Parts: sequence; C-alpha cells; structure tokens
Amino acid sequence: MNATTSSVTRKAAREPVIFEISKPGREAPTQFPPLARGPDAGAPALPAHLRRQARPAMPSVSELQAVRHFTRLSQLNFSIDTHFYPLGSCTMKYNPKACNSLAMLPEFLNRHPLAPASASQGFLACMFELQEMLREITGMHGVSLTPMAGAQGEFAGVAMIRAYHRARGDEGRNEIIVPEAAHGTNPATAAMCGCVVREIPCDSNGDVDIEALRAAAGPKTAGIMLTNPSTLGVFERKIVTVEKIVHAAGGLLYYDGANLNAILGKVRPGDMGFDVIHMNLHKTFSTPHGGGGPGSGAVGVGERLLPYLPIPVVGRDGERYRWLDERDRPKSIGRLSAFMGNAGVNMRAYIYMRMLGRDGMVRVAEFAALNANYMMRRLTAEGFDAAYGMRRASHEFIITLKRQHRQYNISAMDVAKRLLDYGMHAPTTYFPLLVPECLLIEPTETEAKEDLDRFCDAMSEILREMAETPEMVSKAPHTMPVRRLDDVRAAKLLDLVWKPAAARAGE
Amino acid sequence: MSDIPNDLRYTRTHEWLRSLPNGQVEVGITHHAQGALGDLVFVDVPQAGRKVSAGEACAVVESVKAASDIYSPVDGIIVAGNQAIAGAPELVNTDPYKAGWLMRIETKANGAAAGLLSADEYAKMLADESH
Amino acid sequence: MPFIPHTPQDIAEMLQVIGVRSVSELFEEIPAELLAGPLTGVPLALSEIEISRLMSDRAAIDGRPLNFIGGGAYEHHIPAPVWAIATRGEFYSAYTPYQAEASQGTLQLIYEYQSMLSELTGMEVSNASLYDGASALAEACLMAVRANRSSLSRRILVPRTVNPLYLQVARSIVGNQGVTLVTLDYDRASGRMLAESLQQFTGQDVTALVVQQPNFFGVLEEVDELTDWAHANKALLIGVVNPLSLALLKPPGLWGGPASGNQGADIVCGEGQPLGVPLASGGPYFGFMTTRMQYVRQMPGRIVGRTLDAEGRPGFTLTLQAREQHIRRGKATSNICTNQGLTVTAATIYMSLMGAAGLERVAAACMQRSAQLLKALTAIRGVKTTFTGPRFHEVVLSLDRPAAAVLEELARRGILGGLDLSQHYPELKSALLVCATETKNDADIARYGQALAEVLGAASAKAGAA
Repeated sequence: MNATTSSVTRKAAREPVIFEISKPGREAPTQFPPLARGPDAGAPALPAHLRRQARPAMPSVSELQAVRHFTRLSQLNFSIDTHFYPLGSCTMKYNPKACNSLAMLPEFLNRHPLAPASASQGFLACMFELQEMLREITGMHGVSLTPMAGAQGEFAGVAMIRAYHRARGDEGRNEIIVPEAAHGTNPATAAMCGCVVREIPCDSNGDVDIEALRAAAGPKTAGIMLTNPSTLGVFERKIVTVEKIVHAAGGLLYYDGANLNAILGKVRPGDMGFDVIHMNLHKTFSTPHGGGGPGSGAVGVGERLLPYLPIPVVGRDGERYRWLDERDRPKSIGRLSAFMGNAGVNMRAYIYMRMLGRDGMVRVAEFAALNANYMMRRLTAEGFDAAYGMRRASHEFIITLKRQHRQYNISAMDVAKRLLDYGMHAPTTYFPLLVPECLLIEPTETEAKEDLDRFCDAMSEILREMAETPEMVSKAPHTMPVRRLDDVRAAKLLDLVWKPAAARAGE
Repeated sequence: MSDIPNDLRYTRTHEWLRSLPNGQVEVGITHHAQGALGDLVFVDVPQAGRKVSAGEACAVVESVKAASDIYSPVDGIIVAGNQAIAGAPELVNTDPYKAGWLMRIETKANGAAAGLLSADEYAKMLADESH
Repeated sequence: MPFIPHTPQDIAEMLQVIGVRSVSELFEEIPAELLAGPLTGVPLALSEIEISRLMSDRAAIDGRPLNFIGGGAYEHHIPAPVWAIATRGEFYSAYTPYQAEASQGTLQLIYEYQSMLSELTGMEVSNASLYDGASALAEACLMAVRANRSSLSRRILVPRTVNPLYLQVARSIVGNQGVTLVTLDYDRASGRMLAESLQQFTGQDVTALVVQQPNFFGVLEEVDELTDWAHANKALLIGVVNPLSLALLKPPGLWGGPASGNQGADIVCGEGQPLGVPLASGGPYFGFMTTRMQYVRQMPGRIVGRTLDAEGRPGFTLTLQAREQHIRRGKATSNICTNQGLTVTAATIYMSLMGAAGLERVAAACMQRSAQLLKALTAIRGVKTTFTGPRFHEVVLSLDRPAAAVLEELARRGILGGLDLSQHYPELKSALLVCATETKNDADIARYGQALAEVLGAASAKAGAA
C-alpha cells in the first residue's frame, strides 16, 4: 500500500468535464439518421412561436472522444466487478453476466410495452413464472412486479394496507408502527401514504420491545413495518408474538424485504404471518445496482390484500398469458409506472432465479450467513466490538467503533475512507442510527474466504494505524482520484450544472 | 462546555428566547444546537406575517448531515425573519445568540410563556442528556 | 454450486472459527416451527447453456414485428457505444455513490447529465433522475404543492391531452396526500387542450397547471398562453416534455409570451427513454426533472454537486441530502432512494455522441417519417386525420371501424400498427395513435400502407359479401 501517491499521478487521473473536451463543429456523423431530400420529403414546418430559436449548448465531440471519456470515467469507480463491496443492507453480490446478455436479446429490447399480448407471449411467460417463483419463495398469494424500486414497493404496500382498512370503513387507522432502527424510507413512505409513524424501541438484544409494542398497538394501528432479520443484523426471535399482537389489534404486518437474502428458502414471510412484502430484486436477485438504480420492488400479498395489488399483473387463461388491469382488478391501488415497471430488471431477476434453481435459493441464505458470521468472529478476534456479538449474525452484522472513537478520535467515516486505500469498498456507515460509530458489513454469499480474510486483515492493519499513524486514517483516502471532498462547500455554493465561468472561478 | 447566556430563556428543543424592549421576543438556536448540527449550509428563514402557536415548526436549519425543524416557543405572529442568515447561514454557527437570530415574534405570552427553561435548567438538561 | 466459491475445506475452516458444527446451526435463532420445506414451486437449476436456449426460444416467440406504436415509449436508433460502455462492470455493478472518492466516475457523469438536461429544457437545475416519466409527473405535482406557498388548495389542473397512463399513476401516488387532480377537456377539432376550460378557474386558488408538449395526441399545445395563464393565476406551470423534441421545440424555460417576459415553466419533467434507452417492454427507463434554482430544495431525488477536495482540486459529491429520506425520514421530499443510474449513464453517452446537431437531425427525421406515414395511410379509403393541430412525430387517425380488430389483423402480418385509443378516449370511437421515427424507411412505411389497405379492403369486402 503506497499511501503517498504523488499528486501528479492523481492529476493524470482527473478526467475533464465533457464540455471541456467539446469543440464547436466536431460531430459523430455516422450516428445521425439520413434526412430525406427533395420537394416531397419535408415535414410541415413548425409554427415559429413553438420552435427553438438557439441550439442548446450540448457537447460536440467525436465518437472516439465520447468513448474514451466515458470509459475513463468508469475507471474512477469501485464496483462489484472490480472490488469487494461489503455495503451493509445493499446486498452487493455478483451480477451474473448471462442475466444481462440474455435480457438484452434484440427481441426483448425491441418489444414495445404496449405491444398486444398476442405478440408478447414469450415475454409474458417469463414474467408470469417470475411472479409464481416469488410467490412461492415468500409464501404469499399474489405478486405484482410493477413497483420500480424498493421505496415504490414500500409505497405500494402501505397504500394497500390503507385501502384495505378504508374498504372496511375503518378510516381512523393511520398509524404505522416501526422499530426505531428502521430504514429512513419507512417513515418517509408512511408520510407519502398519509400515515404517521409510531416508533417503538428495541431491547438490548436487538429484539422488538414487546411491552412497547403492546402499548402502541390499538384501534389507530394501520400496520407495522418490520425488516426481519432487522437492520441490526439479527433475526427477530419474537416474531410470532409480534404477529399475534398486531393482528389482534386489527393491524396488518408489512415485511420490508431489504434483508430477504438472509432467509431465502429458510423461512418465508408468509409463514411468519406477514400480510404484505416488498422485495428488492436488485439485492436478493442480483440485478445490477447500476450506480444507484434502476431497482425493482416487486410486492407480494396475502389473501386479504389480493384485490388491492398494483396493476398490471400477468395472468394466465389456459395456455395464453395476458395483462390483468383495472377491468380485472377494480379495487387495485392503481398504476405506479406508465407501463409495467422495470421490466428489463425483472427479466434479469428471472434469469438469475432460473440459474439458482430450487436448491440454489437456500444456499444463498446459508452462505451469506456463513460469510457474515465468519467475518464477525474474525473481526472481534482482531479487537473490534460487534454491536450484537452475543447473537448470531444474519447475512450482515454491525461493528461499533465507539471505543476506538473515544481512544483515538477516529470515526467510522475515517475507517470507511481508509478501507478505500486498501482497495475495498467501505461498509455502510452511520446506519442504523442508534448504534454509534457503526459499520454495517454485508459480505454476501458470492465472496470467497480469501477476500473476507483480506478485508479482516486490512481492518486489523487500520486498527494498528489508529495507534501508530493516526493521520493515515483520519486524513484518508490517500490513493483515490480525489481526497476527501468539501461537502459544506458543495451544499453552500451549489455548483449543479456546468458553466464555463463557474468552472474558472472554482479552479 | 456549551455557552448558555443567563439573560435568555430556553426550550427543550434547543431554541433560545430573548424579550425585547418593545414587547416582542427574538428566537434563535442555542450554541449547543448549532454544534450538534455542524456547519449550517441553509436556513429556511421564517416569513413575516405568519401566525404560529407554541410548539409549531416554523423554520428549518440544515447542515450537510442533518436538517432540523425550529419550533416557535410561544403563540404569536412572526414579525421578522433574519434575512442576513439566508445569505450567510454560518452566522448561526459563529454567533448563535446575536447575529444568528432567526425570527422575531409579536406575542402576548412574553413574560409568562409556559414550559420555558432558565439558563441553569437548560444547562442541567444538557448535562442529563449527555449521560 | 452456482455463484458460490466455497470449497469443502473453506467451509470446514470457517465453521471452526465461528465455533459451530454445521451451517444450519447458524439459523438456530429462527423458531423451528417457521422453517420452510423445499420450495417445490421453484424449478431446478439451469446451466448457462440451458437458460440461454430457453431465453432464445422465448425471444423467438415474440419475434421482431415492425413497430408503429409510440404513446410514451419510442423506438430510436441507439449508437453502438452507448450500451457497450453503460454495461461495463464499473458502471453496471457499482452502487449509489455514497463513498464519493470511490465513485467519481458515476458522480461526474451525473453532473454532466444534470448539465445537459438543464440545457435541453432551458431550466436552471436538474436532479439525478427519477423512476420514469409517469412517476416524475406525480413527484412534480407533490413538489408544486411544497413550492407554491401562495396556494393552499392543493388543486392541480391536468388536461386530458396529458398521457392518460401518467394521469393514472399520478392519481395513485398523490391521492393519499390530499392533492386533487382536476381534468380539463380538449378541443375535438385541433386536438389541443381546451383553453376555455381554464376560464372557470381564473382568479381561483390553483396550485399548478400541467401541460404536455407535444401532447399525448402528438399535437403541439399553445404553451405560451397556458404558461401565462398559470402565472397570472399564481399557479406553477409543470411542463411534461419529450426531451428529444426539444432539439426543435421551444424549451420550457422560455415558455410564456414575450409580453409577460417569457417567464418559463416552473417544473419540467418527462420520460428520458428516447435518449438512448431501449423499449424493453417499458423499463427500466428514467424520469427527468428540472426546475428553477429557487425551488431546488423542494425537488425530490438525488442531486450531484461539484466541489473541491482537501487539496483544492475539483471533485463531485452528492449534495442537498438533507432533503432526502435517509436524513429527513418522515419529512423528506419523497421516499425515493435511487435514481435510474444505469439508464442515465446510457442517456448521457447518447446525448454526448449526438450533440445538438445530431439530436436535431433525429427529431427532424422523426417528423419527416411520421409525415410520410400520415400521407401513406390517409391515402387509404376509410382512414382520416383526426386532429388539425400542428404535430411532432405522432398522429391520431380515425378509422371507419373499431381499431382493435384492425390492429389484431395487422399484428398477424407482423405489424404493430399503433395504439387503440378507445379505452382512454371512448368518445373518439375508432381512433388509432401511430408513430414513425428515424428507424423507419420508405419500405417499412410502404409495407404498413399496403397491409392496412388490405386489412380494411378485405374487411369491407367481407362485410359486403355478408
């Protein structure tokens, strides 16, 4: 590890903004369509007051310049294909190449979303089978693939819960109970559905505080949103009691599928008593994260919520597949995307699931758990504190640096940045919020023991640096294309679009 | 140690309140609060003319890592927002009790607003919280 | 084992470190009565050879029909570099750029994207994208409620010339927040929204007016008048636009008549798919959103900013995150976490390759081809143009019989002849929305014309015989 890489090397790594490469008059003309010529060829002229007067200032570059620029940008990224990426709660596992190449067969890429079902039986067959597999894995009665991300799946779930209570004339139920460790989307989603959130604490072992839940559940309870295993990286052992309390109070149970990877094939949310679940296909079923999306947030429901599923869903009449829409599902909460969600993402999930197969599903949970528990033991042996070391880790676990923070004034953020210098992406930091100075570490099942060992060795090395050369850690990273960035400046000066003048002022 | 002037009163949500000679009150956030938020990058300065009740959220202060609602300590009408901090939110960090004030409120509850803390009581609350 | 690298020796060593005898012991905290049996509903694993064969067979069932459907998703040529680069592992398998120093590629690309979208729409700022055009409109409505502080009504006017699927999506998303979407009718002759339908709202509290340009019928709206009406009534103007059309059409940032100073739209959103993203059955696409600087804190979604690093060199980072769910939780601008990073990557490469000149050429070629298609089809007896308003690249045709049966007959001949409008606009009876883009050539258009003539002719012959 050479932490004193000269700034000359880094300067070479800086890639100009594409507008700096641009030069008026330069083009990539092979990409331009031919225009028809002759008196008969033209389209009617646009009315002058609706026409653009000046050309937009877009880049003017050659094809090679564009290719080189974006290829070089790609090389400034960490990614699963290039680096170990143990980002907790994000399930950064290998994205099999076949999932991409087969989803990009020309017939699939060129299929128009409004093409009639008669010309779409191949595509619809894949989507129907995907719905069926997800139904089986979650123990639910019906699945809709239309939510375009986990957050939209959450929205669909809470909206269905509201629709269910409303249909029974139970308008007063607008409280969603969430444990205090919940993901920020849970309260944000509740707000979008016109609900309010009631937070309940967890006990010191990471389980839901049952007495607090009993006190919170009542005639205003619309439902509870739970992640299990929780965001604390442990399985909610009292789930059966939780289910009884919430159902007895008249509320429904929502399963946040963020951590489904941990229990795939081991235990099904439907069997735990959940009424509705969203899945993150980009996590559990390994569709690409793409630098932050697209995701896919399929939802599954039990019998009670079946009529409210978002449309469209794929149905089967005999041997033929067709879309079910508002005519078939008049009580549906409606559409969430113009067409049927992120179909191409769903296709990748379908291919992945077919390659894993029945037995592969349960192996996902087993080896994710094996890797996480192994790392937790190794890191505690190296001198780190696990937040819930007395528990079995699920597919992820939390290291708290509270002690190191006090002793060396080194923060979780510092350690995260230093790991980048060791060629590993940082774990999730500062989430869940209730564990101070935490690192949430999720290795996933696709990582080999050697890579886990390399990470643990790096952490051990960083621990030594904290004592001996603390600046190495507190000023990290040293070897990335840029040093730590000034977030305050970014938020105050708000340079959000390229302007030549602004660039001059900034450099 | 946090700076807590004796001549101000405080809320449990870390606002301070100063009685002005004209009967209005001036409101800001405490030294402790600005420290917890870190460098402020934006203040949504309250609009004059708005009617507020005690405990109502009426402004937002924002740092890169947090955004926090500011609650009115009293019932009344906002008569002024501090426009200086709209362009220079760092004033709330550097001078929270003077140049960094947030708003002035016309109120009848001036002397008798319920539930406000003295400097000593606020200091004790902070000490309890840090345990 | 598929995608799992552990050797028996690895497993043994790891179990020993953990201090358990078997992997199943790791799940001992799960109550035994909850453990699942075998997932009999999931088929057995396929190798890559087997899945490749299966998918090729499925693809072959759908084939490659000649497509003339638009309606919010458009077939365009996608230059070879676009997806060759977008699917590089460094873009494809990276995540949200929370660790900015290890994500400068994604961050800089998004900054370039924001710059291009702002330029194309004539607005001051852009976010890093939303899910799709329809959900972007829903978010724009919620944003308008936050941004228009002079309005208390939470009432938004939406003409029926806005994509009806977008309206449905907006209703599902905003309905739980007390926002009312009021629909306005359209002019049966021109295909534009009916300006008179605004009169009843003049002087009333309206939060925002939505205008789609070109509208769902492919017709160009009188955007200047509508923008001025909105501003005169203290409403915000939300523009829904096809970004490709903006190579030729007046950017929303300049909408509004010169008399009122070309004030421009307040929020602009739309579907980014025409910029290098394949049709792919409806997604993943991306929704875009741009606005004025004064509303930036009300805008949902991620935003990238340019700043300096500890050594004073420029770099990129996520900014204004205090608006977002992971900080603001229940008070966030939206529950959205992701943008559509991968498709935004493709669109940024597409726009860079095409430049202003190329985008203009594509837009012009689309207009030419659709004019050519219109001419070919209206030459057939029983086919007429429905609306008189000026068009971009889509057009509504009236047939002399219900469109559904005609479309089925065309599909049998390998042609997707357009979109039957009867479900969303029953009053138009047998109307068909058709589109031709730069991907169509003379032979394609001739083939459609011939097939349609046959289908209509054959059907009328049949009717005559009966």
